[in-house]
Amino acid sequence: MATTTTSVRGAGPLAGSRAFLARLRDGDEIARLATFLFAASVVLITVLLVYQLWQGSALPRHRFGLSFFRTSVWDPVFDQFGALPFIYGTLVTSAMALLIAVPLGVGAAIFLAELAPLRLSDTLEFFIDLLAAVPSVIYGLLGIFIVVPLMRRVIQPQLKQFLGFLPLFQGPAFGLGFLTAGVVLAIMIIPYIISVSREILLSVPRDQREAALALGATRWESTWKVVVPFARGGILGSVFLALARALGETMAVTMVIGNTPVISASLLSPGDSIASVIASQFKEATGELYTQSLIELGLVLFLLTFILNGLARIMIAVTSKRGTGLGHA
Amino acid sequence: MKRIVGIALVAFGLAGLLAAGSLSITGAGATFPYPMYSKWFDEYHKKNPAVEINYQSIGSGGGIKQVTEGTVDFGATDGPMNDDQLKAFQDKHSCAVLHFPTVLGAVVPTYNIPGVTASLNFTPEALAGIYLGKVTKWNDPLIAGANKGISLPADDIIVVHRAESSGTTYVWTDFLSKVSEEWKTQVGKATAVKWPVGLGGQGNEGVTGTIKNTPDSIGYVELIYAESNKIPYGNVKNAAGVFVKASLGGVTAAAAGAAKAMPDDFRVSITNAPGKDAYPISSFTWLLVPSRISDAAKRDALKDFLSWMLADGQNYAEALSYARLPKEVVAMEKKALAKIQ
Amino acid sequence: MNRRLRWRKFVSAFMLSMTGVCAVVAVSVLFLILGYLVVHGGASVSWSFFTNLPAPVGEAGGGMANAIVGSAKLLMLAMLMGVPVGFLGAIYLAEFSGTTTAFIVRYAADLLNGVPSIVIGIFAYSLAVLPFKHFSTFAGGFALGLMMIPITLRSTEEFLRSVPVSLREGAMALGASKWKTIATVIVPSAYRGILTTILLAFARVAGETAPLLFTALGNRFWSPGWSQPTASLPVAIYNYAISPYEDWHRQAWAAGLVLLGLILVINIVARGVLARGISVSRS
Repeated sequence: MATTTTSVRGAGPLAGSRAFLARLRDGDEIARLATFLFAASVVLITVLLVYQLWQGSALPRHRFGLSFFRTSVWDPVFDQFGALPFIYGTLVTSAMALLIAVPLGVGAAIFLAELAPLRLSDTLEFFIDLLAAVPSVIYGLLGIFIVVPLMRRVIQPQLKQFLGFLPLFQGPAFGLGFLTAGVVLAIMIIPYIISVSREILLSVPRDQREAALALGATRWESTWKVVVPFARGGILGSVFLALARALGETMAVTMVIGNTPVISASLLSPGDSIASVIASQFKEATGELYTQSLIELGLVLFLLTFILNGLARIMIAVTSKRGTGLGHA
Repeated sequence: MKRIVGIALVAFGLAGLLAAGSLSITGAGATFPYPMYSKWFDEYHKKNPAVEINYQSIGSGGGIKQVTEGTVDFGATDGPMNDDQLKAFQDKHSCAVLHFPTVLGAVVPTYNIPGVTASLNFTPEALAGIYLGKVTKWNDPLIAGANKGISLPADDIIVVHRAESSGTTYVWTDFLSKVSEEWKTQVGKATAVKWPVGLGGQGNEGVTGTIKNTPDSIGYVELIYAESNKIPYGNVKNAAGVFVKASLGGVTAAAAGAAKAMPDDFRVSITNAPGKDAYPISSFTWLLVPSRISDAAKRDALKDFLSWMLADGQNYAEALSYARLPKEVVAMEKKALAKIQ
Repeated sequence: MNRRLRWRKFVSAFMLSMTGVCAVVAVSVLFLILGYLVVHGGASVSWSFFTNLPAPVGEAGGGMANAIVGSAKLLMLAMLMGVPVGFLGAIYLAEFSGTTTAFIVRYAADLLNGVPSIVIGIFAYSLAVLPFKHFSTFAGGFALGLMMIPITLRSTEEFLRSVPVSLREGAMALGASKWKTIATVIVPSAYRGILTTILLAFARVAGETAPLLFTALGNRFWSPGWSQPTASLPVAIYNYAISPYEDWHRQAWAAGLVLLGLILVINIVARGVLARGISVSRS
């Protein structure tokens, strides 16, 4: 039975593996296999990460279910854990950061793409990219020693004096809190908005601008009413990217937000964010429910950034395609 | 290019061998005794250069958790482990975890009120009221009543507490639970509680920093933190009705009763202790050591350190405003060292 | 010129100068940051900062020698773990893979890239700390290496793809097998871009703090070998900044200056490498 297969290639039960081994001797096949293993490991790691987050938060998911997202109580003594204060803190600080960074960032991007001569634009862009490389902990350092005292001694008292009738600016001026965290985050995300928006604006076809100018628009009108709306999707995409970055920021936020799980209408109030509470409490969460609740918060953060990043990429891709695909109206 | 890679690999290998000869022991936990421990481990290293005891102050909750997980060789806490936590350790490691008291310290109410440098008198009712959010202004009668002659501003009190799981919080809330029924039922005592009001600081260090930088604030920290940073701290009324300022004498007096009646596992609370000299917010602080350590070198080094700590180590305590252990406790601990296998 | 037109022209000039203001504000933030660091940190950067170990709490004269060496070890480990995976994976994507596999791998890499660093810390804790029962330099390097993978992968793939088809076909015409072509022709010609990628990925993770909190923990002494906790510059900055001790604050500023200086220098060098590369290949 088996005696004849050794001399006949392509026949018999061992032929398949023999052919594989023969291919293996070929350097290309080894190279293909080796590099495939590394590429596959990237997928494996990502799958493992999501799996760990899911499994690691099983206890609170079963115990609290969806009420985890509606409860604002975070009580390690009585084993009550609710994510609401942290989701609130994350959203409020990110919203504040966007409120400050988007006008500034888009404005700067418009300047760099439309007005500045190419050399100046490239030089400024170089510095903006350097700004994007500054690590979070350095922003935190500056936050604690420069921004917080400034807030506490100068800005917050002024806000209370002139706008104190609004519920937004009530309560003692701690210096730490939502407002300060929002300002620090804004400084951190401006570079992302500027670089991506600048790219998008630069990719808007020239005839769009020229058509507007030919119709009698001023420089500003052509920019604001024609070019920017054309690039609207991509700019929105850059905002989503910046938002995704802001949501996940840990160190700078935890150093200035006040580390208190409260929901307050006042921006002067201390609070906490998802990333910040994980950083400060993970090492010492005693008990499975406590630890796993923090992991569930991590899962929530992961999902939020995942969705935002996806949306951002889609919007930027769509806008770029419009830019390159169109030559005619 | 290849040369660069080659040099890098060699440097890499050498770095791995760096100081491979010394024994490295890792501990983590309470920030309360951190100034004491960092001094001790430094001195011990000078006497025994081959042993490095790396202590990270991450909070008592962290100490309990990491020693239970087994990721550190010993833990440290000012809030003794409760029965559930002891059982969790036992289940995980099939051996018990031992508490070894190291020093005694005091938790003080420290504050930063512009224009007030004197030591204010705080009644337990005032402290509970402030932390419950009921007493909101510095010139509230509950505070002013005990401080006739000191003019207090009508400013809002900014309450500061610990953001993370802390033994200092345990001591503070243990005291408040003993003196205020409302606190006991509403908040309770633990290393991490749901604070009715206030701002969170990271570690004793973070709270001290926040107080220093925030006018009209009040917080609770270990005595040495207030002293070395020169921020005023108040006198607290003890169980005998006397306003006592935290001091080595007051802490030692608080421990006197407990020393005579120390349980075998050394877990005891000395807050609100009887006696007219006793400072009411005092506490032991403990090292958490597993009763079975498989690495013989580490076991012997830890036992040697503990013996040193009970003898020479105690001499360093007073300079850092921690009180020495009572003689009876030291004798009991020396015997308990044998339990570490 | 009627009034309406004058108004529109005024608005145009005004708004456009406002955008200029925005750009100036954005860029001056960088110089402000550098300025503060130089002023506050410059005074504390001393010989003892680089050579001393931390002193006991409250005593002066401590330094960050162990944090500097610790960061170096962590980054070396991160490169050792992250760069090969990213690099070889990119080779697979650029040279060997089909479209579906490529899509899946790229998607996974983008996902990994978007994961907040604190979540990477949780992941590394459960994978590299808990099973081994101690915090370690290895676990810290692992966490940082994970973060280097997606950047290295995507960017290297781009640079490999940008190698002209003519070079590949030339090599194949001379009878070289695929892997020989890759090793001797494609990779060397993309080497500038790949070097830039590695440098930028390095600079990116050099400043990361959150993943190290649960993995490398910290150490007041030198960290022998790879399986002990280690101090690192970013974590040291964090711990010292939130402390109440003036001496520690000064050291935090100094460390911030050193760290940021290192990161900025690497970024500038990396972009310089790339720029020279582009101009070279054009001529």
